[in-house]
Amino acid sequence: MVFISSERMNAGLLARFARRRFAPNRFDLIAFLLLGGLAVLVVHGARQMNLPLSSLHNAGVVLDPARLPEYALRSTLRMFAAIIASLLFTFVVATLAAKSKKAEMIIIPALDILQSVPVLGFLTFTLTFFMGLFPGRELGVELASIFLVFTAQAWNMAFSFYQSLRTLPGDLSEVSRQFGLSTWQRFTRLELPFATPALVWNTMMSMSGGWFFVVASEAIAVGNTTVTIPGIGSWLALAIERQDVVSVAWAVGAMAVVILLYDQLLFRPIVAWADKFRFEQTASEDQPRSWFFELLRRTRLFRRLGRPFARLAGAIPRPRLPRLRPVGLGDSAAGRWIDRAWPWLVAAGVAWAVWTVVRYLAANISLHDALTAFGLGLITLFRVLVLIAIASLIWVPIGVWIGLRPAWSQQIQPLAQFLAAFPAQVLFPFAVIAIISLRLDPNIWLSPLIILGTQWYILFNVVAGASALPNDLKEAAGIFHLRSWQRWRDLILPGIFPYYVTGALTASGGSWNASIVAEVVSWGHTTLKAHGLGAFIASATAAGDFPRVALGVTIMSVFVIALNRSLWRPLYAYAEKYFRLD
Amino acid sequence: MTLAMERTAQAERPLVDVRGLKHVYGNGAGPGLVVLEDVNLKLKPNEIVGLLGRSGSGKSTLLRSIAGLITPTGGSIAVSDMAGDDTAHGVAMVFQSFALFPWLTVQKNVELGLEAQRVPADERRKRTLAAIDLIGLDGFENAYPKELSGGMRQRVGLARALVVQPSVLLMDEPFSALDVLTAETLRTDLLDLWSEGRMPIRSILLVTHNIEEAVLMCDRILVFSSNPGRVIAEIKVDLPQPRRRLDPAFRALVDDIYARMTARPAPMAREGNFPGTGLGMSLPHISTNELAGMIESLAAAPNNGSADLADLARELQLEADELLPIAETLQLMRFAEIDGRTIRLSPAARRYDAADVDERKQIFARQLLAYVPLAAHIRRVLDDRASHQAPARRFRDELEDFMSEPRADETLDAIVSWGRYAEVFAFHEDEDRFSLDDPA
Repeated sequence: MVFISSERMNAGLLARFARRRFAPNRFDLIAFLLLGGLAVLVVHGARQMNLPLSSLHNAGVVLDPARLPEYALRSTLRMFAAIIASLLFTFVVATLAAKSKKAEMIIIPALDILQSVPVLGFLTFTLTFFMGLFPGRELGVELASIFLVFTAQAWNMAFSFYQSLRTLPGDLSEVSRQFGLSTWQRFTRLELPFATPALVWNTMMSMSGGWFFVVASEAIAVGNTTVTIPGIGSWLALAIERQDVVSVAWAVGAMAVVILLYDQLLFRPIVAWADKFRFEQTASEDQPRSWFFELLRRTRLFRRLGRPFARLAGAIPRPRLPRLRPVGLGDSAAGRWIDRAWPWLVAAGVAWAVWTVVRYLAANISLHDALTAFGLGLITLFRVLVLIAIASLIWVPIGVWIGLRPAWSQQIQPLAQFLAAFPAQVLFPFAVIAIISLRLDPNIWLSPLIILGTQWYILFNVVAGASALPNDLKEAAGIFHLRSWQRWRDLILPGIFPYYVTGALTASGGSWNASIVAEVVSWGHTTLKAHGLGAFIASATAAGDFPRVALGVTIMSVFVIALNRSLWRPLYAYAEKYFRLD
Repeated sequence: MTLAMERTAQAERPLVDVRGLKHVYGNGAGPGLVVLEDVNLKLKPNEIVGLLGRSGSGKSTLLRSIAGLITPTGGSIAVSDMAGDDTAHGVAMVFQSFALFPWLTVQKNVELGLEAQRVPADERRKRTLAAIDLIGLDGFENAYPKELSGGMRQRVGLARALVVQPSVLLMDEPFSALDVLTAETLRTDLLDLWSEGRMPIRSILLVTHNIEEAVLMCDRILVFSSNPGRVIAEIKVDLPQPRRRLDPAFRALVDDIYARMTARPAPMAREGNFPGTGLGMSLPHISTNELAGMIESLAAAPNNGSADLADLARELQLEADELLPIAETLQLMRFAEIDGRTIRLSPAARRYDAADVDERKQIFARQLLAYVPLAAHIRRVLDDRASHQAPARRFRDELEDFMSEPRADETLDAIVSWGRYAEVFAFHEDEDRFSLDDPA
């Protein structure tokens, strides 16, 4: 899915999301099979490298608060490396999809499926793969970690950019053609600026979700070995192993400071800056503000520092890119040939993928395993749905209450966004201690952990929806003395519905990923385990059992896709059709 | 004036020469929608030519073809420059929606075309500032479009077009998104600059649906018919500038153009000016309030049942493009008759005017079922079925045999709103079906 700025819900974007088909079509199937084939190939290749995992280098992490800033910095740098990779990926792949019909046919369904894959499950593979590329060096582990964060971030960004490119305002596009702008000028003057607000928002949402993966990827247990790279995540893992509550608290504090700084020094300034690219001809009343951005803009020093760079940028010769035609090679003889051969090429790719997947599955997995995993998937599905329902019952009334009071929502909204970005597994140890000491049933009491970090998406989307309720409707409801239930039924629920769906969808997607770390948790040598697909993947990972990890991840992907198509997308379409306020 | 002499000397050679232009919208499958057919146009130096027609007459398509934004299906377009060492070159376009880049300042917006031509930065700046100055925007160089009023924005659009020194300026309904006063100021300013020869351009091609605007500005007006777009009249405007709207000659010309735009092509069926006949008639989505409003103002003094179309447009502050579809819908339902430039109410309309709400609905229902074949058809189908229900899809499919999808949609929208008002059938949007039952 594409995140829609919850501060200013863009009806057009919502419409576009809703219009995309619900039922999996043949392109989804094609993409799914191709990706499956590729995944098998990577796993297979990784195994061929046959690395004794014990040879992996372990960076020494020490639980010394003086070292914590350094660890926090390294975690942050990983995050930034991943976001830069995601941006590059976005520009290349989304542009390709928008300009070539043939590429679009594969890329778009592939992105759609990739964003539903619980990437955390793949950590073992990526780790082994990158270790194979850089044997015996920390670089491999670093890259594996960055790659994991990248795979958690890139897809919705690429989607958002693709959608912007497909919906460029017609008149501006005509101006660009009429004045003969080059491909580069078109990109910098039209395409990039137009896509910026949605892209910035999606990048920020991606980063916000990314902290969870950074923390998760810094300490990976494969078999009997725990591979660590210095960072907050590995600090946390060590603290849990040593049952050191104080160090866990330090990690919570460090994480809070990092996210706070990121929010104040990066997120808000960039959102405030991106506001200028909003495609509106009228000045908006509620412009996003950021003290840091204002500071930067006002400081003479910074402007002076910036000037030489601006001049330098002006002096760089603009590359003359060949003009890309939307149709591609359509006209030439070779182009026609490719057009005709394309479906056959895709078919051949699919056939290969099917063969690879079937061979791999037949060799490594029994039907019994598959049925077990499917059953566990149903348990986790049940858990996710129940928790989303409970969180909705709690947060929708609270969110509406806050959203209808502007003074409150201005205070609470940043807090909710902060909580959504906070990697919840840093807080798990406290819950685990409580469960152990009170001897609670892990099957029930571990469940809330999977929504601990993601419930805030529901809260801040509902707050945004309630604050966006048009004043005249609120006044009309007041004049006619709508009774409390009628007010909810006819005004509030329809008004917040699209926002709520966005929030619940995000929370649900995040919860599947979280189940991998939340259904099995440990404190020292005590391990609590709940039945579920997440625990299945986590255990298979710990055992270094690649086929079962692959099985678990595949089944989880199928569950996520099925849930999106059968629940969230129809809800979106419904919201788009009946509850649009315009 | 040397410039003027030069202009006369070259008057023979057209700057734009369009021959036998034809354009068909559609993806190759099916017959497609013919928007332009056999259009010829010669744009000579030193003239302002107006393309006047109703929406759907393909005038914007013609302009975009000349601008190189659309490749027409057939025919030829030649754009040539002035002979000699004239610096003006090519065409530039001003858009109805202004089409400014909201993230660029006024200056950057104006520079856009020069940047594309890789004009060096210093010269770019000089020329941009000169254009901004010429068009009356000095002081706004660093403003963003969203900080400007509509009129100022269109000035930026104009400066952006002028700064690349085109020989022909193409204007696509440049004033129709502005309020009346602003539009008038901008028109006057443009005409001043033009008559003083201060703009680098040699000719203007102006698309409009506002008859008065065309008569006010143009030396020559080409009137287009719709479906498909053809040139049905070429009118030379010899009135001296500045022209005054109250001048009897001006009014006579406007009235004359109204008459030409409502004139029926000879072999047209009794159904009137809507394309297609019977079930295949494409209907405009005119609300019943507009129909009622028009009947009431025609019935009231000083019209007393009949009026001159141009006068009526002035009275109701409607443009030809807005007035004519309403008038023609009234004619279709036999509420009125259009004869040349006069519209006259029928006895049914007079009864309607005098009736109360329920009677009005009954009169409207009678006229609708009697004279709008699609409405009668839907009602018949609903009466015939035991369930008294029918999916809208069925009628939409029938319509799409005759017309394009958007037109079919609009036609069905029109029928739905008229049918609902007349209470001849009900429509349920969520289930996309018609039924006879009224909401209880």
